[in-house]
Amino acid sequence: MNLLREIYGGLKSLLIGLWITIGQFFKSAVTVRYPHQALKIPLRYRGHIELVGDPARGKPLCFVCKLCERACPSDCISVEGVKLEGDRRKSVTTYKLDFTKCSLCGSCVEVCREGAIRFSRDYNLAGLTKEEFLMDLVQRFQAQQAGAKSEARGAKPEVLAGPKAKPAEAAEPKPEGPLAGAAANGGSAP
Amino acid sequence: MRALFSKLITFLGTEPYRLVVALLAIVGFVALNAAYLVWVERKAAGRFQRRPGPTEVGPAGLLQPVADGLKLMAKQLIVPAGADATLFRAAPLLVMAPVLMGLAVIPFGPGLAARNLNVGLLMIFALGSINVMALMVGGWSSRNKYAMMSAARVVSQNVAYEIPMLLVVITMIMATGTTDLSQIVLQQAGPFWHWNLFRVWVNPLMPVTFLIFYICMLEETNRAPFDMAEAESELVAGAYTEYGGMGFGVFFMAEYANIVLGCSLATVLFLGGWQSPFGLLPGLLWFLIKMYFLVFSVVWVRWTFPRTQFYRLLNLSWKLLIPASLFTLILSAAMIKILRALS
Repeated sequence: MNLLREIYGGLKSLLIGLWITIGQFFKSAVTVRYPHQALKIPLRYRGHIELVGDPARGKPLCFVCKLCERACPSDCISVEGVKLEGDRRKSVTTYKLDFTKCSLCGSCVEVCREGAIRFSRDYNLAGLTKEEFLMDLVQRFQAQQAGAKSEARGAKPEVLAGPKAKPAEAAEPKPEGPLAGAAANGGSAP
Repeated sequence: MRALFSKLITFLGTEPYRLVVALLAIVGFVALNAAYLVWVERKAAGRFQRRPGPTEVGPAGLLQPVADGLKLMAKQLIVPAGADATLFRAAPLLVMAPVLMGLAVIPFGPGLAARNLNVGLLMIFALGSINVMALMVGGWSSRNKYAMMSAARVVSQNVAYEIPMLLVVITMIMATGTTDLSQIVLQQAGPFWHWNLFRVWVNPLMPVTFLIFYICMLEETNRAPFDMAEAESELVAGAYTEYGGMGFGVFFMAEYANIVLGCSLATVLFLGGWQSPFGLLPGLLWFLIKMYFLVFSVVWVRWTFPRTQFYRLLNLSWKLLIPASLFTLILSAAMIKILRALS
């Protein structure tokens, strides 16, 4: 009798399991088709650091005080600059970041009085050589300035979950992101 | 034109050509099924896990089997040093051949069987036992102790499950009184309660018999939750460890071909074969609907249940399925005797 009850209970649990999985079968996929689609990167995402531009001049805010260089525990930043004619402050010419050593501690961002550096939201960080991670942030900044103009005309990759963050928003992070967004709409597919 | 066509049909119907046509049809059917059941499996696995499955190659990933096939065919076939080269190469063929031969006696529609043997059921099981031996040969000839151990597991598993399977089949033979698969289908004509699955007046435990048959079929085809032979997440590839390229590919195709054969057999024995429950649609279509529903259920079971442990698998067979199938056998024998005496 015990055996029969065990068989009955086991069969019932198996059927319940099958019922649950077939329920999932007819629901929509929850995954993001990554190379074609991408989730919005949270505002507080810590990528490698990048230079913040001065919107008025179209140049980096950095004036080469070298506080970040000294604050860096891993010694991966080296900044150089020149004083241009007619300018009150120095302008940055090279901002070398050795990302192979960086531990993303954020000391450099904290110590910067001007708010001239911030974490980028670049997460596609893969390379074939070590040299790809010895970055010059001034060059990167200039490339970004050029890219922003062309991006205004060209097609952008599709970004899911919410509107695209403006650069001004990125500077002051808010407690929101895909996780908070997913919780808000009940965790269903975007 | 039409006269020419019918002439061609009659010509192809005559003996030696009929054989070639049937052979090509079965090989084509098996190859297409093996290739596209892999796609169905991956797509369904994706659906069960709330992801899209293969999407990149062709529309909805439909060309994925072609890409997989090309990849496997481009690989080198390595025979390990010291392995028994002849047996090593023969093992995939030995796995595939019995399935192809078994499909020859399956009636896909009215009069649509490659060879209508009056001992068809017997032949399928006679050939089916080669399957186990072929896996053993594959493991043995690899000269790899892990492949050998896996092959030993396969054999102990398949021997354990062949017994309840055959007991169930004997029950079915007693209930139907024939081993001719076409005859078995013809007996189930009419509404769906004439199907053997619902023939409770012959044996009140008929659904249980079907369940035992289904479990044994899952096991015979080495499918999850009984896929000890090739437990992907635990072993490298079990008995197929040393196989690469199309050698492995053929083992894989044989697994799917075995599922098709097992589901076809379950359809014929229990679900009325090509008999339509309402009289709509041609018989072949009904056969395929029933068979592919069973195939889907096999995929469904795989992506629902975790793999069992080995001793539980053997316990299930020896302590539960064999006594249960013996009981149904004796019960249906008694029922037949009583019914005969009454009438």
